[in-house]
Amino acid sequence: MPDSIRSIFRSLAPAVDFCSLRLVEETSEQLTVRQDVLQPLSTTIDRGAMITVVHRGGYGYAATSDLSVAGLTNALARARRWAEAGAGRSVVDYSRIELPRPSGTYSTPPSVASMPPRRDLIDLLMRESASCRIDARVVDWQASIWSVSTSQTYLTADGADMEQQFRYLIPNLAVTASDGMDTQTRSLGGQYNGYCRQGGFEILEQAGFHGSGKRVAEQALELLAAPNCPNGTMDLLLMPEQMMLQIHESIGHPLELDRILGDERNFAGTSFVTLDMFGSYRYGSGLLNVTYDPERSEEFASYGWDDEGSKAERAWLIRDGILERPLGGAVSQARSGMQGVANARACNWNRPPIDRMANLNIEPGSSTLDDMVRSVERGVLMDTNVSWSIDDSRNKFQFGCEYGRLIENGELKGIVKNPNYRGISATFWRSLKAVGDRSTFSVMGTPFCGKGEPSQVIRVGHASPACLFGDVDVFGGA
Amino acid sequence: MKQYFLDLAARLDARLRDGEDYQCWLAAEASDFVRFNRSAIRQPGHVRQIYLSVTLFHGKCHAEMTMALSGRIESDRFLLDRMVAALRSQLPDLPEDPHLLRATEVHSTDHLIASRLPETVALVEEVLDAARGHDLVGILAAGPVYRGYANSFGQRNWHETTSFNLDWSLYHERDKAVKGSYAGFEWSSAAFAGKFRDAAAQLDLLQRPPMSIPPGAYRAYLTPTAMNEILGMLNWGGVSEKSLRTRQSPLCHMRDDGIRLNPAITLSENTAGGLAPAFQGDGFIKPGRVVLFDQGRLTGSLVSPRTAKEYGIGTNGADAGESMTSLDLAAGNLPMSGVLAELDTGVYISNLWYLNFSDRMNGRITGMTRFASFWVEGGEIKAPLNVMRFDDSLFRVLGENLVGLTSEREMLIDTDTYGARSTGSALLPGALVKDFVFVL
Repeated sequence: MPDSIRSIFRSLAPAVDFCSLRLVEETSEQLTVRQDVLQPLSTTIDRGAMITVVHRGGYGYAATSDLSVAGLTNALARARRWAEAGAGRSVVDYSRIELPRPSGTYSTPPSVASMPPRRDLIDLLMRESASCRIDARVVDWQASIWSVSTSQTYLTADGADMEQQFRYLIPNLAVTASDGMDTQTRSLGGQYNGYCRQGGFEILEQAGFHGSGKRVAEQALELLAAPNCPNGTMDLLLMPEQMMLQIHESIGHPLELDRILGDERNFAGTSFVTLDMFGSYRYGSGLLNVTYDPERSEEFASYGWDDEGSKAERAWLIRDGILERPLGGAVSQARSGMQGVANARACNWNRPPIDRMANLNIEPGSSTLDDMVRSVERGVLMDTNVSWSIDDSRNKFQFGCEYGRLIENGELKGIVKNPNYRGISATFWRSLKAVGDRSTFSVMGTPFCGKGEPSQVIRVGHASPACLFGDVDVFGGA
Repeated sequence: MKQYFLDLAARLDARLRDGEDYQCWLAAEASDFVRFNRSAIRQPGHVRQIYLSVTLFHGKCHAEMTMALSGRIESDRFLLDRMVAALRSQLPDLPEDPHLLRATEVHSTDHLIASRLPETVALVEEVLDAARGHDLVGILAAGPVYRGYANSFGQRNWHETTSFNLDWSLYHERDKAVKGSYAGFEWSSAAFAGKFRDAAAQLDLLQRPPMSIPPGAYRAYLTPTAMNEILGMLNWGGVSEKSLRTRQSPLCHMRDDGIRLNPAITLSENTAGGLAPAFQGDGFIKPGRVVLFDQGRLTGSLVSPRTAKEYGIGTNGADAGESMTSLDLAAGNLPMSGVLAELDTGVYISNLWYLNFSDRMNGRITGMTRFASFWVEGGEIKAPLNVMRFDDSLFRVLGENLVGLTSEREMLIDTDTYGARSTGSALLPGALVKDFVFVL
């Protein structure tokens, strides 16, 4: 199909300042077994293209699932009309922005383990589902495997030609236990698909999926029997399954350049970060090092180029606690005069690219998990996000986890349930006391980052070590 | 588009083999999306998308496939053939589904509101003209939305509306803004100008120096928009029968222990009064109204066909996710014109934002104030309020601490555009509450 699209597009490309076509083809399949019953099998085959035109300073797009000559001709005309309608009335003179002209290919590295036939996958899910049933208090359980294969082609009227191929795998398992009026849910990597990576069947092994049913069910029952998390100001040791959410909400979103420029103020919100902070603002303690890293191939949002065609390369956003660079693609960089990264991304063919965080990681430090636990007189270890809320400037947050453990006098103690904490981004990261080494590091992500008008849900990756924070407002349930 | 859909269904009818059945669901739209920032155009464009989901049944085995189609029947009929062949090849891998419930009685429906909208570019002109001298940010979405259902029993359902939804904010500075919206099927320049004038007038209040209040319990007025956020939390498994049965609904306390909300709370899924299709993805027709809370008592739930089959109960046409799409909260007797006087001293909350559970089973929720929220003293607005975090129980806010609901209600049309333009809506009053707990 791309070859025929190429020839149609090249033959139709109008005389405008800039014109591109982005073709997305995606196949996905979700297998879910809930309470030992295979849920309706769902396969999706999506295919469509977005035409973008820049002309006389205006910008316009048109997206269509009609890839015929007539369909693309119509889309080109609509995109051009919108560009002309915006001429002289846009947030920036788009014709003065030099958009990239990418060339080349990128693909998810070959799988170590090939995907078994569908029937074997169903059998695997059935086995894990059955192994969750270890107690009458287990009232709900489900296991799932979601596989996605995506091809993207990006062409410009003046000859740019780039192709990318991605394969994603998202395993999940969750068990709910209930007794009286209490209910606790424990999951493998989070109830919102925290174990999501690029690659093949090997990801199940990496996620610890095999044999997880019994293990997760046991933890759900342990939570049911546990006391509530205590209330108070204390140390907080966050494991990677919660760190990914902490990074996402209170570093990733506030550093998105389109938020700083005001595009998202009506919906996803603004940012407490302002343009003048870059280069000098102390975002966190000297232990905080944050990178945008599209080159970690197994991570969920690795790619060769973003959807404006910018080449993706690793960059430091925060180094030794000092804010260095925002998350902004070519258009946002031109609007702000800031150096950003290649993160203008669209969730699909039917949405235009906007600034997204892609892979946003905390670099490992030098502490082992034992070192960090030993350093705590009174605190709580929390793991696996279950609740998230933050203000529209990305400052005042409150997050909850599935699982907690007390830390007293340098030792891990009993399990606690309903662990929550709250804080303010601008001061929270400065309370970072220790950063875990590579032995504590894990690659996570989410398929469900929402933002934009019209709205988009996109894939992002977050890799992090365990991190220790001091003097955090911690509390439990009820 | 309707004839195209009927042609697709006819093609599917013709491709079935003995023992096979099908159902299909069409979700399509042709939408203009114009994004604004700082009273200028940020991203204008058009999206034309057609998705068809086909489920092939053989006995109690079934598989579903969704494809993006071109809208041209001459080429899409071959895609349909490929879909059916692919689904047929999947069925041998699949066990029988014990929770399958089919809509076998034929109930065909037709709902069409023809376009009465001018070209979107003309609406953009009006928005930009009005916004001159202000800092406006937001989005205009306009165009037709289509939903269709068909099955091999001969049922055909069609829902087609052409609407617009302008969702905007006027900013004073930083995070201080007035939120506005204007949505419907027919654009009125006078109505838009009136809404814009009202929003601009509120900006004057935001010019005053903002204030912060210490955490604690405060008397508060929640506008219908803010109430929509609170009640929206019931869509996170709250009124879902499956969630209630699997002990994951925050309303388990109400069902098990008979805990009541304030008698002023009567909440329904009001399909007859909403904008969403009256049929769901498995072909079941939705009742005009399903009462969920009656005078504070949990009296109903949303029951999908799968849940109905699993537990041997009746379905009430809920979608698979068992959440409200046409929320209706009954009015109270507090005149909206009197809310500031009734509030006396406390917090006027225009909008809430980013709600989540802090203790789901105890109905405890947290979230932020957003946009134009104010500190009120002696029934008068004194100052804009800096954003505050609340953490309180649904049972308290909608129960013992609910002072009253307004006698007027607002129809809020969902602005959600994730994947497709939403057809959801909410009709609800504002609420006066005491001891609303702020924590940060």
